[in-house]
Amino acid sequence: MFDILKANLLSPIPLAFALGIFARLVKSEFSLPKDIYSALSIYLLFALGIKGGVELSHATFEAIVAPAGVTLLLGCITPITAFAVMRYVGRFNASDSAGAAAHYGSVSAVTFIAAQQFMQRVGAPAEGFMPTLLTLLESPGIHIALFIGAVQRNKALAAAGGEAAAHDSLKAVLHEVLTGRTMILLVGGLVVGCSMGESGWKSVSPFFDSGFKGALTLFLLEMGVVAGDRLGDLKKVGPFLFGFGVLMPLVHGTLGVTLGTWAGLSAGGAAVLGAMAASASYIAAPPAVRLTLPDANPTDSLTAALAITFPFNILAGIPIYYNLAQRFAV
Amino acid sequence: MLTYPFKLVTIIAEPVLEPRITQELRKLGASGFTVVEGRGQASRALHAAEIQGINVRIETIVPPDVADRIVEHVAKSYFADYEVIAYLSDVQVVRGEKYTTTPKRPAP
Repeated sequence: MFDILKANLLSPIPLAFALGIFARLVKSEFSLPKDIYSALSIYLLFALGIKGGVELSHATFEAIVAPAGVTLLLGCITPITAFAVMRYVGRFNASDSAGAAAHYGSVSAVTFIAAQQFMQRVGAPAEGFMPTLLTLLESPGIHIALFIGAVQRNKALAAAGGEAAAHDSLKAVLHEVLTGRTMILLVGGLVVGCSMGESGWKSVSPFFDSGFKGALTLFLLEMGVVAGDRLGDLKKVGPFLFGFGVLMPLVHGTLGVTLGTWAGLSAGGAAVLGAMAASASYIAAPPAVRLTLPDANPTDSLTAALAITFPFNILAGIPIYYNLAQRFAV
Repeated sequence: MLTYPFKLVTIIAEPVLEPRITQELRKLGASGFTVVEGRGQASRALHAAEIQGINVRIETIVPPDVADRIVEHVAKSYFADYEVIAYLSDVQVVRGEKYTTTPKRPAP
């Protein structure tokens, strides 16, 4: 176990991430230009989608149906557990709890990619259709959490004599999440990849495959800077959210690995599913929560997702889920 | 040169609100608007984006009655929960008719 942790820490992704944090700690002015950051994320998501689509064209329906089923199940469970823990253990108000649940019920695509790369490095590559599962897990979590939050908020508004206003924004959010950057690029990429198949992939792979790991390393460098910016906010979030940011991914990760193994995924695949379930969204969820539940504190959830859970998963979580998956597989 | 008195409404807001506010400006009777992105920090310093510190400044030139409606609407809808400020200034414009429209529907 210790060896895997150490081997993980000395690989490009965590090292680049750590460098980014270090740059912020010494107050360096370095950061990637915003447009390059967005261009890199477009490249990574689209490459992931296309590659996943090509793999999907080989997969049989029987191989994918059980993993897809447990992924949807995970997408429904994680926002509810996150909400329950925030509301009844942490004693946060309904909006704050639902806001955090939207972050923790959804997925971080970068954590997913890092997990996939990790499995390749340790020689237990995950199934090729994993990116398809990523798209299945992306949106139910946000919607279930926001729905819980909006219902509670409408109740509170009605009790206060106001009008129930959260309904319209929930529809707008549904549209926003389904047409957001991640969904268009990933789902679109899957369709493109699946339609063009292996021969089409050969013609674009010099660009989308050869550069992938390098681009990912550069992206993680900037993620380090972005997470480093949040370190100052850690003081504000308090000990509960700190524990939540580490323990919630462990609980969701274990659940993901268990369900993945049960659905017949390989150890690598189950570990990647665990990492997906454990990860918290910091791109799709924050604006969706801000628009639907304006009274939720946006700093708390985002800081927990970005400055606690994301580093935890990248540095230690992924090897832990892999270790669990190996034990379960035996 | 002959100029006409109008109001310049300036709204500085969190970027998530941009699509909503600009749509509402049209409904409230603004004939156009300009949006500029910038850096800054407000009193509450809440950030709901992975990249910090980006705000949008939305500007529109409108007749005084429309300006009042806009500011009232922004205050009522957003001041409580969001990082938003709005203010009015006097401006003189050359083509008065350019900044006047009949609202498409009555103010909400």
